[in-house]
Amino acid sequence: MLQAFSFIIRRELRLALRRKGDVLNVLVFFVVVASLFPLGVGPEPNQLRAMAAGVVWIAALLAAVLSLPRLFAADYADGTLEQMLVSPQPLLVVVLAKAAAHWLLTGLPLALAAPLIGLQYDLPAVALGVLLASLLIGTPVLSLLGAAGAALTLGVRGGGALLGLLVLPLFVPVLVFGAGAVTSTLIGINPSAHLSLLGAFLAVSSLIGPWAACAALRVALD
Amino acid sequence: MTSDLFRFAAPQAFFPLAGKLIPWFWVLAGVLTLAGLYVAFFVAPTDHQQGEAYRIIFIHVPAAWMSMFLYVVMAGWAGLGLALNTRLSGMMASAIAPTGAMFTFVALWSGALWGRPTWGAYWVWDARLTSELVLLFLYLGFIALKSAIPDPVRADRAGAILALVGVVNVPIIYFSVQWWNTLHQGASVSLTRAPSMASTMLLGMLLMALAAWMYSIATALCRVRTIILERERDAEWVRMTKDQMRAAA
Repeated sequence: MLQAFSFIIRRELRLALRRKGDVLNVLVFFVVVASLFPLGVGPEPNQLRAMAAGVVWIAALLAAVLSLPRLFAADYADGTLEQMLVSPQPLLVVVLAKAAAHWLLTGLPLALAAPLIGLQYDLPAVALGVLLASLLIGTPVLSLLGAAGAALTLGVRGGGALLGLLVLPLFVPVLVFGAGAVTSTLIGINPSAHLSLLGAFLAVSSLIGPWAACAALRVALD
Repeated sequence: MTSDLFRFAAPQAFFPLAGKLIPWFWVLAGVLTLAGLYVAFFVAPTDHQQGEAYRIIFIHVPAAWMSMFLYVVMAGWAGLGLALNTRLSGMMASAIAPTGAMFTFVALWSGALWGRPTWGAYWVWDARLTSELVLLFLYLGFIALKSAIPDPVRADRAGAILALVGVVNVPIIYFSVQWWNTLHQGASVSLTRAPSMASTMLLGMLLMALAAWMYSIATALCRVRTIILERERDAEWVRMTKDQMRAAA
């Protein structure tokens, strides 16, 4: 089972490396969105500092939604997903591995790029660290709950916008606690409460997300 | 007894039952609304802080209650359909969703109309308002997902999964939003109402809540009947019912 898990992850990573554009585009999208905000609201440093965490987090949510439709689409189109469903490996392993690979390819790069954006927004060093930590804990939630959304909208017309409508409201707690951790650091409050709650939500969504994704894949491939 | 009740899980048996029940629920909804509005406008006293503007709670609070309650009921039907694979459950969930979304919208709209004279703003990023808005998005997502999938069986199941994920998340969203608001700003505007409420005010609100409940049942039953007819249009019993209705008319 562990073997199948690592095999699927390696397969996903290899496929992504063959088409680097897909991964890079999401990252560039994230940086572009985050860089547009100062142009819209003005370069006043105090204002930018106050909104930095929210901007980074919302850009991360949008980038995740943008990348999610591809999570199952290619394997669904060429029949691989059906083979995975009838294989002796539990579907849950497939879903977990795919979500993990999705995080490695989108969540992790976004988290690592976020401190750079934080610098543009004049965040102090402590806050940069908290921003990185909040993204490292929070972005797996986007992959786990997002997998459920991607499975539900599999093969549905207008899937992209629909996926956003389905999963963005579910991401509200991630946004609140993730951005809240950074904002509370800025006003001198220890962010550990926010980060703990973010971790708790990660635990809950690692139960709900893969379960819902498995059920939805069975419905889609029925 | 139980087998008698389960008989109505079949759309064919439920269709005439719903038809018989609907008028009663409409009558109850109408009577309760009239009684509730009478209490609301003529019996309940004027609030000494908010004046007459507070009377909007007789619409606002029942709508907010129903919006949350209907989401749970909808998720319950959806879960039942997923677990037992009954056709009617998914149809019930579909029938309830638009009413739930409507009440969510009414709660937000009436809240905005009340907020203007009381707080001086149509919209405040208060925890309750924000979570009610997220609830509206959840309803819209459910309806959008169902309407995007042409196959009704697949649509029911996909919608059911979404509703169950949503119902687990609603309390988490509510508490996260509450946490967010209390951290960002002090309670410059608080929704906590006065500690004691005149009993006639409470009576009016309860009457209106019951009326909203009866209205929801009546509309859900009306809607489920049309969904049944739409999905079973090729069934023999639908043709027979149609012939009977034509003969009666």
